[in-house]
Amino acid sequence: MESKISIQNLNLSIGKNQILKNINLDIPENQVTIILGPSGCGKTTLLKCLNRLIDLEENVTITGSIFLDDEDILHTKSDLPGIRKKMGLLSQRPYPLPMNIYDNIAYGLRINGIHNKQIIRESVEHNLKQVNLWDEVQHRLKEPASRLSIGQQQRLCLARGLAVKPEIILADEPTSALDPLSSTAIEKKFVELKEEYTLVMVTHILRQARRIADYVVFMYLGEIVEHGTADEFFNHPKQEKTKAYLQGIFN
Amino acid sequence: MQISIAVIVLVLSLIVFSIFYRGLPSLTWEMISQTPKGGYYFGKEGGVLNAIIGSLYLAFGATILALVMGLPVAMLMNIHLRKFKKLVNGVRFLLDLLWGVPSIVYGAFGFSVMIFFGMKTSLLAGIITVSLFILPIMIRAIDEVVKNVPVGLLEASMSLGSNKSQTAFMVYVRQCSSAIVTAIMISFGRAIGDAASVLFTTGYTDSIPTSVMQPSATLPLSIFFQLSSPIQEVQNRAYASAAILTIIILIISVLSRIISNKYNKNKIS
Repeated sequence: MESKISIQNLNLSIGKNQILKNINLDIPENQVTIILGPSGCGKTTLLKCLNRLIDLEENVTITGSIFLDDEDILHTKSDLPGIRKKMGLLSQRPYPLPMNIYDNIAYGLRINGIHNKQIIRESVEHNLKQVNLWDEVQHRLKEPASRLSIGQQQRLCLARGLAVKPEIILADEPTSALDPLSSTAIEKKFVELKEEYTLVMVTHILRQARRIADYVVFMYLGEIVEHGTADEFFNHPKQEKTKAYLQGIFN
Repeated sequence: MQISIAVIVLVLSLIVFSIFYRGLPSLTWEMISQTPKGGYYFGKEGGVLNAIIGSLYLAFGATILALVMGLPVAMLMNIHLRKFKKLVNGVRFLLDLLWGVPSIVYGAFGFSVMIFFGMKTSLLAGIITVSLFILPIMIRAIDEVVKNVPVGLLEASMSLGSNKSQTAFMVYVRQCSSAIVTAIMISFGRAIGDAASVLFTTGYTDSIPTSVMQPSATLPLSIFFQLSSPIQEVQNRAYASAAILTIIILIISVLSRIISNKYNKNKIS
């Protein structure tokens, strides 16, 4: 099992609160890695460290390193947009860009220097098909993205992320605002996408984790309690806390 | 609450009524199509075209200059400097102070700078002075809305590989387009309606300026000069000039509403 991202001795504090404590973790390539844990355990913060969106927060102190293909992205001097581009992000609720559906996908290409209309048009179609949205929107590509339903918006956000050809897809509870049908669509897509991408998804829905996880990380109060393959984790948990969490008697 | 609304509506309609009641009879085609001829200020022939054109030049120039300076500042405060909340709040406080400074102070400041450089009263000096005067209004009006853009939109844009400036000018500007139009409108209204800041800097002349280095007439000053005349006819023309000013502002407001509605449809909630 090849690891795509390797987190070493990561500590993070915001002000005087330590949010992440000594995180050591290897995220396997071309698999769905699920980060589980109760609210406020630092899952989202960990995700934000990966694509360096944590830089936008105030009073953050980080130590340790995160290696993406042998490059320490936490201390890199090279360009941050380039690193972020490698990691598509799907947030808790979809944030389509304030433009029409077509431009939502074209935006990522344009800022990365692609202006050829033919290439952009093909990419829009290809990526909308990837997320099964093409049939629904092909006749109204010039409509504002904000008019789509939440479920459609989330798929559009996924398509937009895929268009810039990332290597990793980060998802922060991507289905929490969606109806069951749209959730299932996203979940199915994730399983398909692992052929080409490495997926990291934060969730607190245990059943969702069981359905799609290849590798599971369980966090509690800023620490990793246990991590392992889905089979190990769900069927043979080692830690007491994990067992309690899986049985739902956790508080 | 009903009483205060009634008072506001009453006062506003009284102002508009008095302007048009006294101004409309004098508001002839001659008034808006000609510059003052000899004896205009004694009630003879001529119009205030010099002041209309001068005011439009001045207000457009100052608004564009203030937008070019102000929009990047508002974006910088909320995107690039979002980690430095204390600094940004300090800047906000400073801008609010500047907003409250009377325009005559800007006029005096502009005048002293002009003396330092040995400049004479000119359209350019007026545009620069007025743009400084409306800059705090422009920045704070935009900032107040940009500040409330959800951070998720910033993260979404950044995660696609755009840098902060691309996010500012390609995403935030669209998201806040109606607020930006409103800011432009408020600033334009202040710029075209202010008399004190142009008194020393733009001067006054009866001809239409042909270069930015020439002095220029403005509507507020033209109202002021005509209103100080003892001749009834000239005083009525002051009201006519005020009516012209009001109509210009009305047209700008309607236009900007139309424009902002056109761009607002893409906004995400």
